[in-house]
Amino acid sequence: MKTIQKLLLGLGAGLLLVGCGNNSNDNSSGAMASSNAEQVYVAPGEHDEFYAFMSGGYSGNLTVYGLPSGRMFKEIPVFSQFPTNGYGYSEETKAMLNTSFGFIPWGDSHHPDISQTNGELDGRWIFINENNTPRIARISLTTFETDEIIEIPNSAGNHASSFVTENTEYIVAGTRFAVPNPQKDMPIDDMKGKFKGPLSFISIDQETGRMNLDFQLNMPGFNYDLAHPGRDKSHGWFFFTSYNTEEAHSMLEVNASQNDKDFIAAVNWQKIAEYVENGGGKKVAGTYAHNVFDESTMTATTEMKEGVISVDPREVEGAVFYMPVPKSPHGVDVDPSGQYIIGNGKLSTQLSVYSFEKMMKAIEDKDYDGDAYGIPILSFESVLEGVVDSGGLGPLHTEFDGKGNGYTTFFISSEVVKWKIGTWEVLDRKPTYYSVGHLMIPGGNSRKPYGKYMVSLNKITKDRYLPVGPELEHSAQLYDISGDKMKLIYDFPTHGEPHYAAGIPADKIKSQSKKYYELEENNHEYAVKNEANTRVERNGNEVHVYATTVRSHFAPDNIEGIKVGDKVYFHITNLEQDFDVPHGFAMIGANTSEILIMPGQTKTIVWEPKREGVWPFYCTDFCSALHQEMQGYVRVSAKNSNTKLRWKLDEDWNE
Amino acid sequence: MKPLIKISSIFLLGLLIACGGNGEKKEKDQIKVGQQSKTEKKSEPATQSTSETSAEDDMANLGIGPIKSVDISEGINKEMAARGKKVYNNLCTACHKMDNKFVGPAQGGVTERRSPEWIMNMILNPEEMIKKDPIGKRLLVESNMAVMANQNVSEEDARAILEYFREYDKTH
Repeated sequence: MKTIQKLLLGLGAGLLLVGCGNNSNDNSSGAMASSNAEQVYVAPGEHDEFYAFMSGGYSGNLTVYGLPSGRMFKEIPVFSQFPTNGYGYSEETKAMLNTSFGFIPWGDSHHPDISQTNGELDGRWIFINENNTPRIARISLTTFETDEIIEIPNSAGNHASSFVTENTEYIVAGTRFAVPNPQKDMPIDDMKGKFKGPLSFISIDQETGRMNLDFQLNMPGFNYDLAHPGRDKSHGWFFFTSYNTEEAHSMLEVNASQNDKDFIAAVNWQKIAEYVENGGGKKVAGTYAHNVFDESTMTATTEMKEGVISVDPREVEGAVFYMPVPKSPHGVDVDPSGQYIIGNGKLSTQLSVYSFEKMMKAIEDKDYDGDAYGIPILSFESVLEGVVDSGGLGPLHTEFDGKGNGYTTFFISSEVVKWKIGTWEVLDRKPTYYSVGHLMIPGGNSRKPYGKYMVSLNKITKDRYLPVGPELEHSAQLYDISGDKMKLIYDFPTHGEPHYAAGIPADKIKSQSKKYYELEENNHEYAVKNEANTRVERNGNEVHVYATTVRSHFAPDNIEGIKVGDKVYFHITNLEQDFDVPHGFAMIGANTSEILIMPGQTKTIVWEPKREGVWPFYCTDFCSALHQEMQGYVRVSAKNSNTKLRWKLDEDWNE
Repeated sequence: MKPLIKISSIFLLGLLIACGGNGEKKEKDQIKVGQQSKTEKKSEPATQSTSETSAEDDMANLGIGPIKSVDISEGINKEMAARGKKVYNNLCTACHKMDNKFVGPAQGGVTERRSPEWIMNMILNPEEMIKKDPIGKRLLVESNMAVMANQNVSEEDARAILEYFREYDKTH
C-alpha cells in the first residue's frame, strides 16, 4: 500500500511539474492565471496604483481608468457634447465648443500628455489635441474638467500634438494635412511647393495654465505626423516626424510611399522663441477661438482672436534641420536621458536610432546631404547611432521603462518588442490582440518612467470579449514589465479609439482631487445661495428661474405665468456642501440635455415651451430616499394670456 | 353580449359625468383611505416606545461627534450670533425653518430641547448621528427618512450657529 501511495505521489508531482513547464508560454490558464489575477485584483474599496488617461479618439473625449484593475472611473468631456452632465449643452459650457467655423459639437481627440516639471510628471494639468478642427485642450487635474480649449489656425489634421516640453513651457501642434497657408481657392494639382505644414508652439502660463499661441513655424508642406520634445540634454529641441515628402495629393496610399526616406524635423524651439521675443517673424492672418472656463464664475467664454506670428524656418540660423528616416516614419520618441531619438519607420522592420550628440556635431560641421526648400538635410550616416533590428513589422511607437529599455509597438505583426538602449538588441517580444497602435508606460515618455506596467492600445478587437454586433469597443492589454520578460496579465475594453494614453502614479494627484465646490466661492452670475433668494424674473419673453436644489426638493417647485414662445433659463444652484451629492435637472420637451449639478455649483439650461399645459421637471440623479419626490411643475399659458408670473415652494405663492 | 357593453358604456359615461361634476372639489376627496385620520394633517409617525426618551434624557445627550463639551457664557456673543445667522441662512434654510417643521424639525426652541454639544454634533457629524444617536434616529423617522445633510460646516461656524439659536430662543 505504502509503495503504491509513494509511487502515485511521485507520479502526480512529476505530472504537475511537467504541466507547469508546458504552461510557461501560455499565461491564460492554470497557476499562472491565478497569479496574474492576483496582480490585477484591487480588492473592494481599495484604490488602484496608477491613473491612466485614455484618449477617446472619435468620441472626442478623455476617459480615466485605474491600473492595474482596468476599471473606468470617468469620461471627461472635452471636444464633444456630453448629455451625461450637460457639457456643451448647458449655457455655461456651450462656449467651450466654439471655433472659427462656428459651434462644433464633436471632435477627434488623440494624444493626452500630462504637464511636467524638470521632465517629470507633476500632475497639474493634462492636455489633449483635436485632430479634425485643430485644437488643444487643457484639463484640470483637480476638478478633472476641461478648463480651456485653443484653436490652431492655418493648420489641418492636428496630429503631432499635444506634447509638452519638460517644464511645460510649450505644447506643440503639427499639421498632418499640408494646406495652403494662408488658405485660398487654388487648384489642388498645384499643391507641390505651395502648400505648407505649419508647426505651432503654444506657451503655457505656469501659474494659471493658460495657453497662448506664441508662434507658428511655417514648414514645407509635408505631413507632420508625431512629435516628441527633447529631454534633459536635448531639452530645448523638438522632433517632428513627417511623411509624404513626395507632396502627393491623391492616392497617398501609394504615392506617399515613393521616397525611400522621409524626415524627422529637428527644431530648436528655444532659439526660435528667443527670435520671436526679439521681434522676429511676421504677423500673418489666422482667426481662432480661445475658450476659457472660469472656475469662479463656472462659465466659459470665447475670445475670437486674429493673427499669429509666423516664422520662416530658413530665417533663424541653426534652428531647423531635417534628419532622413527610412520608410514613412510614424512615431518619434526620445529616451529618458534625452540622448537618443527613435524614428519608427512604419513600413519597415527596423527602428532608426539617432544620437543627439551626433546630430549636434553634424550641425556644427555642416555635414549636410542637400536641403529641402532651403532647410538643411543632415547626412543620415552621420546622425544614425544604431538600428533595432527586431524582425517585427510596422513599428509605430516607443516608450521607456526607466531601467534602460525601450518598448516598441509593431502594428502589422501585432506585438510589443522590448529592446536594450545602447546595444539595440531585442530582449523580448509578446503578441498583442490585435494590431497595436500606441502603448503607454506611466511616465514612459518623460525623464522618469514608472516601469511597472505597460498598456498596449489595440486597434482591432474581434473576439476578445463577448460579441456585441459589428461595432466594438477597442481593446487594451496590460503587461507586467517589472521582470526580464513582459507578462500579459489582463485585457480590458476602452471607449472610442484610444490613440494614446498618459499614466501617473495615483499618489501624485489623488489627494488634490476636488470634492465639491464651495458655495462661498461660487461667483456665477445667476447663482442663488439660499432658498430665500430663489425667484423668477421676466424680461420680455426671456424668463430667468433662479432655483436651488437640496435633498430632496427644488426651490421653487411650482411656477406659473410662463407662456408659449418664452425662452426660459433654469439657473440651478446645488446648495449641498458634501462630497458626491449631485442633483440633476430635466425638463420635459427641452431641446438640450439634462444638467448634472455638483454640490456648490450653478448650471443653466434653456427651455422653450411650445405647448400650453402643466409640465413637470424632475431630478435625474438618485439623490436620497426621497429622490422620486424631487419634482415640480411649470404652468404654461397661451402667448397672449395674462396668467400672473408667480412661484412657490410648499405653502405660499411669491410674485 | 351587446346589452352588456351598452350597460358598461352607460356606467363609464356616468363616471365621466361624476368627474366633471366634481371639478371644483379638492382632489383628496376622491380617495377615501384610512378615513379615521382624515381630518388630521399627515400625522407624524408614532415613535416606537423602545426608542422613546424623556426630555430630561434628551438634554443629557451630548450626541456623537467631535464636540465633547461647549463653553457657554451667560450672555450672547452678538457678533458670533450674526455670523451664525448668515451661515444658517445659507446652508440650512433649504430644509429648516425657525418656527415650523419643513423638511427637518423647526429650529426655534432647539436649545431648550437639546444640549449644545448635541446641536453641534448634529451639524458636524450628521451621517453618524442619524444612524446611531437615539434622538437622531428618531428624528430621521419623523422627517420621513429625509437625511440630515452634511454641509461641511467648520467647528467655528457650527458654534456660531449654536449662538444664533441661543439668541433666537432668548428673544422668542
